[in-house]
Order: sequence, then structure tokens, then C-alpha cells
Amino acid sequence: MGGKLFRNFSFFSATLSFFLLVGIFAILFTYAQESMHTFGFDFLYTEIWEPGEDDEGGIFGGYIPIMGTLMSTLIAMILATPLAMGIAIFLTEIAPGQIVKPFSIAIELLAAIPSIIYGMWGLFYFAPIVQLLFGGNGVGLLTAGIVLAIMVIPFMAAITRDSMNTTPDVLKESAYAIGATKFEVIKDVIMPYSKGGIIGSIILSLGRALGETMAVAFLIGSVMTVPKVITDPTTSIPVLLANNFAEAQDLEISSMYYLALILFVVSFTVIALAKFYFFGRKKH
Amino acid sequence: MANSELKKVMEVKDLFFTYPGAPEPTLKGNNLPIYENKITALIGPSGCGKSTLLRAMNRIHDLYPGLTYKGKIDLRNQETGKMENILDLKKENELINLRQRVGMIFQKPTPFPMSIYDNVAYGLKLQGIKNKGELDGLVEEALKGAAIWKETKDRLKDSAMGMSGGQQQRLCIARSVALKPEVLLFDEPTSALDPISTGAIEELISEIKKDITVAIVTHNMQQASRLSDFTTFMYLGDIIEFDETEKIFLNPSQKMTEDYITGRFG
Repeated sequence: MGGKLFRNFSFFSATLSFFLLVGIFAILFTYAQESMHTFGFDFLYTEIWEPGEDDEGGIFGGYIPIMGTLMSTLIAMILATPLAMGIAIFLTEIAPGQIVKPFSIAIELLAAIPSIIYGMWGLFYFAPIVQLLFGGNGVGLLTAGIVLAIMVIPFMAAITRDSMNTTPDVLKESAYAIGATKFEVIKDVIMPYSKGGIIGSIILSLGRALGETMAVAFLIGSVMTVPKVITDPTTSIPVLLANNFAEAQDLEISSMYYLALILFVVSFTVIALAKFYFFGRKKH
Repeated sequence: MANSELKKVMEVKDLFFTYPGAPEPTLKGNNLPIYENKITALIGPSGCGKSTLLRAMNRIHDLYPGLTYKGKIDLRNQETGKMENILDLKKENELINLRQRVGMIFQKPTPFPMSIYDNVAYGLKLQGIKNKGELDGLVEEALKGAAIWKETKDRLKDSAMGMSGGQQQRLCIARSVALKPEVLLFDEPTSALDPISTGAIEELISEIKKDITVAIVTHNMQQASRLSDFTTFMYLGDIIEFDETEKIFLNPSQKMTEDYITGRFG
């Protein structure tokens, strides 16, 4: 009796998440209809976001926020990936035993800091530094990208480290036993062995960076312009949604759902790819 | 067989070895000669120190910090014929050179996550051989030497992870043999394999001793008696007895050796 109840309950919980996923997609899709019919695929490369007179109609295009999201994420990934790999390699292979633990804990704690704190720190402390070094006016694509990188590094490093730690000692020893150096063991044995986990960690971090709202809202500048140089301010999908929802109406709301749908599909694809890699790994 | 015909390739002299943090040494004053082109078996109950001794002989222990050696492990320099103490080596490249001269095969097959060809070519490339033709020849020679060429020649580009356990272990032997080591250390190489694969590995070991001196740790007494020329019995970090295998198994001089071999303990 209890067993049956428990079974039903867990079945319900398991299917709930699936229905939520489908439900959210359906809602986004439905509410985006008006905008999709009005703008079609032109939405993807229209640079204008202007409500009409009296909040009737208007022209809305997703080009700038879409590019802003992709560019800031790209900058973040380019900066974060080598650093995270370095941290993971250091923690698994190079660091002496006593410091591995405190370093690992520090990295896990960094991953737990709420993004608004990164945003504030970025705006008040870090943006002026970027301005000093690279010019521009502090907030912009580059600042957002760098802070995003700092945010995903701990996460990426922790997963990569866990994945590298699964390399059996005896496999490393056999490489040393035929005369490999530490660097060669890392490059030729540990990296290929943990490839699945490493790629998975990169893609999961990519997913996180794509959807990050709060920190980016502080740092990207939130203006509807195409950046000409990397330090120029622009906007991203989550930032535009967060800033405009309060006063938007009708077609603008629908266009925002359209943007949300695009972000949803991109993030979903990215996470699905990560799962595919993790899954492909387990089959071995 | 008179002892005068035998040439020592390695000799462990009064070796003490302590693991990091251990209150007392795991190896307590071990003495052991390793004779050229012979198979020396190390037997004894679990925890007796036989694997520890074997792992000292190419200093694979040194991958983990904090251990201490005392005593000597001599390895003959092939050019000068002089014995040189490998415990004097300090630099990473000296240890790398040592491990290419004294290879090691582990309990479980450890193919690298790469193709069959690359597994064998890897060590050669580390030695600095880059010429494709030369590599091809050496890989073929090594795979033939490890009696696995027939099974692998048509799928050299396939991943080594897809082979059976026995094949993987022979591939690992090929990988070590390719480097033409002077000594090859086997740490229970068949403990994870079925009887047929075990037979194939044993045959292979008897075959390679023509060119390479072998030291093998084994839990399997029959394996030691079938395979080896010399046997040493260890107990709690001491070498109790070392002699020709026949003598150890038929007429051991120590009571403890006899008790272990006849299955009274261990």
C-alpha cells in the first residue's frame, strides 16, 4: 500500500518536470505568436526596438539583444575556459596535498556567490578598472564578458576537476612508466580520458552565461545600440526582458516572449548537447 | 646452473622503504639480485611488501611525495657494465630515463584513451622517434613481440578501449617492449584476467625473457613455479628466502617458506 503510494508520488514528481518543460515552451510559443506573425524571421536581424504612438504597434527586432547575449557569452567563454582548465589541472596534478582542500573549498564557495554581488562588485569596483585599461565608459560588452567569465570559472573548474579526478591512478602511472613527463601525462592521458566531462563543463557554463541576468544588467549598459568596439555598451536578452517588462504592452510583450523563446531554445540546445556528452561518456 | 654464469642486472641492497606518514618502514633491509634474462618471482601473503619492492625498482613510488628510501638499488649501466645506484637519481628526466630502461606492467590493463597504434607508438614518440616509417616498423615489431599482431594488424586505428582485457594487457606489454627496456617489472599482470588470457600472457613472458630481464609479483603460486627461474619469498617486509625456483618449491631451507608454499598460511 505504502509502496504503491510512494511509487505514484515519485512518478508524479518525475513527470511533473517534463510537463513543466513542455508547458513553459508552449506558453512562450503561444504568447510570442503575435510578434512572430508580425515580424517573422526578420525579427532576428532587425536592430530597432520602438513602441508605436500610444503604445499601439511599433517595430521590434531582436538583433541587438541576441548579439549582445552571444557576444558577452563568447567573451566569457574565451576567457574562462583556459583559466578553468588551468585551475583544474593545478588542483588535480600539480598542487601539493595540503593546499588542494582549501583551494577546492574556495572555488566551490565562489561558485555559490549570488550573481547580484558579482554585479555590484563589477559595476562599482571592476568597471572603472576596465575603463582605465581598455577605454570606453566602464560598462559595456567587455566588462560584462569578463565578469561573466569570473562567474562561470569556479563552476567550470569544479566540474573539470571532478572529471579529471576520475582518471585512474594506474593509468597515469603506466604513462609515467613508459617515460612520460607530468605535462605529457596531463596532455595525452588525463585530458583525453576526461574529455567528455571537460566538454560537458564548458557547455553547462555556456548555458549559465547565456541566461545570466542580474550581473549583466549591471554591467552591459542596457542600451539598444549595436556595439562598434568591444567596450561599447549594448544589451542582452535577459537584461532587456528584465528592464522592459513593467511598462510593455501588447506587441512589445509578445516580442519579448519571442526573445524569451529564442533564449529558451538556445539554452535548451546547449544543455541538451552537454547531456549528450555526459551520456556518451557513461556508455564507455 | 652455476651461479658464475649469471650476470646481475639489478641488485637491491639493504633497502628500507617507508611510506609517507607510516610509523615504520614497509621494507626492512631487503637484499635481492635480479639476474639477466631470467624471470624472478616475488611471492608472499598480501601486505608482505612485494609490490612495494617492485615499485621501488623503477621508482614509480616517487610520483607521490613524502616517501623515504634507505639503502641501494643498483642497475647495471649497459655501456660501462658498472652498477649504478638508482636511488641517487634526482631530476625528473633522469627518472624518466630510468623508467624507460625499467618498464612496468600493472595489475589491470591500462590502455591509453587512443588508438591501438598510438598506444604503442606513444612511448616511442616520447623517446623522440618522429619518422613515420620507423615508427610503423617499431610498432609492428612490438606488436609481434607481444603476440598480438595478428589480432590487431587490421584495426590499428581502432580505439584500444574496445579490446578484450587479455588483449589490452598484451597491448600494454607491447607498449613497454617497444621501448626495449632492460628490465620489465610485472605487478600481478594476470590477476584481472581469465585462465586463457593468463596462459597467453605467461607464454609471452617466457618468450620475452630472451631479450628482457623480468621480475614478477604474483599471488598465484603455480604461476611462480611454472614461469620463474628464481623465486623470493617475502613476509612482513622481510625477504625470508631467495633461491632457484625449483629449490624454493621442492626443498625450501626456511620453515616459513615451506609453510606458505604448502598453504599453511597466507
